[in-house]
Amino acid sequence: MKRLLILGAGTGGTIMANKMRKLLARDEWEITIVDQHKTHYYQPGFLFIPFGMYTRPDVVKPKTSFLPLGVEVIFQEIDRIDGANNHVMLKDGISLRYDYLIIATGTRVVPEETPGLKGPLWHKNIFDFYTIEGATALADFFKTWPGGELVLNIADVPIKCPVAPLEFVMFADAFFVERGVRSKVNISYATPMSGAFTKPRASKVLGALLEEKNINIIPDFYLEKVDNDRKMLVSYDDREIPFDCLVTVPVHKGDAMIGRSGLGDEMDFAKAHKHTLQSDFFPNIFVIGDAGNFPTSKAGSVVHFQADVLTENLMCAIENRPFTESFDGHSNCYIETGFGKGALIDFNYDTEPLPGSFPFPGIGPFGLLKETRMNHYGKLLFRWIYWHILLKGKEMPIDSKMTMAGKKM
Amino acid sequence: MSQKVIAGVTVDVNEEGYFTNPAQWTKDLALAIAAEEGIALTDKHYAVLEFLRERFSKGEALTIRSVGNSGIIDIKGFYGLFPGAPMKKAAKIAGIPKPASCV
Repeated sequence: MKRLLILGAGTGGTIMANKMRKLLARDEWEITIVDQHKTHYYQPGFLFIPFGMYTRPDVVKPKTSFLPLGVEVIFQEIDRIDGANNHVMLKDGISLRYDYLIIATGTRVVPEETPGLKGPLWHKNIFDFYTIEGATALADFFKTWPGGELVLNIADVPIKCPVAPLEFVMFADAFFVERGVRSKVNISYATPMSGAFTKPRASKVLGALLEEKNINIIPDFYLEKVDNDRKMLVSYDDREIPFDCLVTVPVHKGDAMIGRSGLGDEMDFAKAHKHTLQSDFFPNIFVIGDAGNFPTSKAGSVVHFQADVLTENLMCAIENRPFTESFDGHSNCYIETGFGKGALIDFNYDTEPLPGSFPFPGIGPFGLLKETRMNHYGKLLFRWIYWHILLKGKEMPIDSKMTMAGKKM
Repeated sequence: MSQKVIAGVTVDVNEEGYFTNPAQWTKDLALAIAAEEGIALTDKHYAVLEFLRERFSKGEALTIRSVGNSGIIDIKGFYGLFPGAPMKKAAKIAGIPKPASCV
């Protein structure tokens, strides 16, 4: 028997297990998936938790519920990949041989990278919302917070879901307005980037939205350390921002196992070709999603589009054919803007987010790069789509390649 | 795309003054661009510029943290060499496109 081994049973690993099990003959191919955690988190839902819109049960389900029959599941930590010998060593000493390997181990937040971030104020006045623990601790904090300086800081890029911090401050604005204490809360958005977002046109539109909502943008702020005694953020060029509540998006890294295996960059993101998704080091290793060093968003929509490409290219590799698919960097994000409205952006490696309608040109129902109620419903509906369609690798009415149809230059 | 004359040499730049053809870069040009930015280049500066050019040629992401991990200089020192916005200034002087501050 030949073996396809998948490392990581998050969004990318789960989709690939579902897709590949349909394509690979069961009497020829074993599919094995390894993950250290048994719980699948609907990560886009973390954003809603601090504001009491979702609670823990809304975002967790067992991983095994989404994996098909005929896929062997191993819950165990991964020690390292031995690419030269086609083996993966697990922490308990077991060694798994593979013919093809998919790395889908995602990214993680590493607050320890920034001095003082995980200090005495951690989960007292400093919170992250990229983990279930941080999001729920922040929800408890907000219940009784009388107001003060609320600072959202992005420690460094790349981060998972680059629009989530923007959504967070817009939700915070709406949350405190609705509770009648907005005048007591000063909201700031401190980012290492030069504006609200990474791409110029979206940055302009989103920056104007923040301004409208009286949220201060502090650009080019590159965090060096957090002074816990003085409740102060300090940048490398010695600028300071005081806070009463700091919501941090810590430095992101890939799985440390990638680094140990010699397959990554200095942030432990697996190095792979941005179009073919093949590892830079071994032709039978492929990378999907946040785990890779791809120059596009680290987001579930990207993983979903990549999965179509990876399925094709993996079959090409297995059948000894040249690659037929090329990933274009397609990313698609709903952006919650508060008060029951949302925006939507659609872009790829070469085309920045543009205004227009989506997915049907001129019709929508969603509006690109503008605030509408429909976009907000799209985001809420997406949770159902995620659990029932996306993870199972079923067809969606959106092409994995970005299209210019419906976009206005 | 436009052109700019720096130290008597015509080079291709974008509207913000970043090189669009890194092969046109020379150390003399770097000296002149740095002077426009109010920076007098030292060997340390050049070491950083060479590091960035090499990373760029390999298609790797240019981040402040990667400079801090390079062994050439720490992040604080990088800010010292190129005050204000070190990555943007250093990229401009190194003759490479403006780093897409990721995504």
